[in-house]
Amino acid sequence: MSARIVHIASNTFREAVRDRVLYNLIAFALLLSGAAILFGQISIDIEKLVVINLGLTSVSIFGVVIAIFIGIGLVSKEIEKRTLYTVLSRPVRRWEFIVGKFFGLAGTLIVNTFFMAIGVFVALFYVAHKFVAADSLILVALYFIILEFLIVCSLALLFSSFSSPLLSAVFTFSLFIIGSFAEDLRGFAAMTQGVTRWLATSAAYLVPNFSAFNVISSISHGQPVAGQLIVSNTLYALLYATMALSGAILIFENRNLK
Amino acid sequence: MKQRRATSISAAICLVAALAASDAVLHHVDQIRPQATLEDALYVSSPKVLRRASLGYDGLLADIYWTRAVQYFGRKHHDGSSNYNLLAPLLDLTTQLDPHLVVAYEFGANFLAPAPPNGAGQPERAIQLITFGIQNNPDEWRLYYNLGFVYYIELKDYRRAGELFERGSRVPNAHPFLKVLAAQMAQHAGEYETARMLWSATYETAQDANIRANAMEHLRALRVDEDVNQLQAAVTRFGHRTGRLPASMQELAAAEGIPGIPVDPNGEAYKLMPDGRIEVRHPDDFTFITRGLRPGYKAPPPRFHTQK
Repeated sequence: MSARIVHIASNTFREAVRDRVLYNLIAFALLLSGAAILFGQISIDIEKLVVINLGLTSVSIFGVVIAIFIGIGLVSKEIEKRTLYTVLSRPVRRWEFIVGKFFGLAGTLIVNTFFMAIGVFVALFYVAHKFVAADSLILVALYFIILEFLIVCSLALLFSSFSSPLLSAVFTFSLFIIGSFAEDLRGFAAMTQGVTRWLATSAAYLVPNFSAFNVISSISHGQPVAGQLIVSNTLYALLYATMALSGAILIFENRNLK
Repeated sequence: MKQRRATSISAAICLVAALAASDAVLHHVDQIRPQATLEDALYVSSPKVLRRASLGYDGLLADIYWTRAVQYFGRKHHDGSSNYNLLAPLLDLTTQLDPHLVVAYEFGANFLAPAPPNGAGQPERAIQLITFGIQNNPDEWRLYYNLGFVYYIELKDYRRAGELFERGSRVPNAHPFLKVLAAQMAQHAGEYETARMLWSATYETAQDANIRANAMEHLRALRVDEDVNQLQAAVTRFGHRTGRLPASMQELAAAEGIPGIPVDPNGEAYKLMPDGRIEVRHPDDFTFITRGLRPGYKAPPPRFHTQK
């Protein structure tokens, strides 16, 4: 990776930290510790399940929200503040700017997820008083959540490269929702015939499939995740993020910034 | 600078005062329309819709619905209600959202099966619930045990209960007592003896303190029921032998060779009534007893002595 990309990525990370993005960790810690105590008192025998389900769901939702709301402003904010022209007047290629922004945001989310993961494991130890081998599956779920973030980041950047922040947020969030229903979309496509079927199937494969990344419920019951799924999800996330980033670069390279 | 500080202090005071006042007003509004916050409602009754709406986070939603079911049952149970209309739908939603949430089948069936006020009095819904649980978790021996439990305790179907205990005993890592239970069902062993074994097994294998306390209450009640039955039989024998009722518990104990005055699990002596009935001194202390109650006695809502 070129030094220029690393600089842009580290600046993006610093900017996110300065924007108090990591403050969400406080809300997360309060939510998790509150839930660990509350559910122990008002429910029966699900304290550990709640910590895993709520912890990982929060990691995912907080991360997606951060990815969307920071990602949509990464390009447009630089144009609005005119800082982009300063950056591009130096020997920085437009594609390096986009890729650097992507890695900066992804890095922010990975650091955020790392601290949240510590919170999940601390809460788990608090309710269970010990760790068992099945708890290591939480790491797989966290890995899948990070893969999900990579896709969301790349989509936010894609929309941010040609659209206003508000519209980018709407587009990215809509794709996140649609992507959560991707398997249903394929089911609907299979019910149609002819050209409609072809179009529906194409649309179903074009939107990101987020449902395959969600293994929270199964790992909370200690059910193992197939190694093949880990490899496939990794490949899929990398390919999809590359596709969306390429789109962003394509648009940004040809955009008239005057 | 001073003026800004004064403004800040005033704003802080205003904030606290307004917050306290708005809470007081809201409290008043709640009193005017109490049904608004206490009304039972199941806004979404379709598990499929809920699953879709959860965007894949169905595990957390199942935990929330399970907690709702526990709270719903607890509230109705506390009020001594005989209407548990939402309990079965809440449990269905919970288990459809997370078919591997074994705890919801185990304890959900215990909420559904017993007759009011101890439960919803819906053993057939309890059977449906655990049957769905077994379909999704065929390796959970506890579910076969719970289903057999419902057939035995609520429906008195010893043959079916025996079959289920037998099936459960074949599941890998099943508790050995399932084989014993299956054998007891086959022999039609004494009802108290089998019931005691079932509740003892629940007490020993449950993790939750409330469930253990519930099992302990049943065990205490079984002992009282059995004691009262035996003492009542002794009174009958005394009557046949002497042609009159015993004048006191001491006379009955001496005539029947019972060492000392018989006492309940709390150490209180059983009462011999003038008409020859045996009564428990403090029936409120034994939630689930069916014998030794004074005529017309109405049990209070159950309360458990939680044991860790």
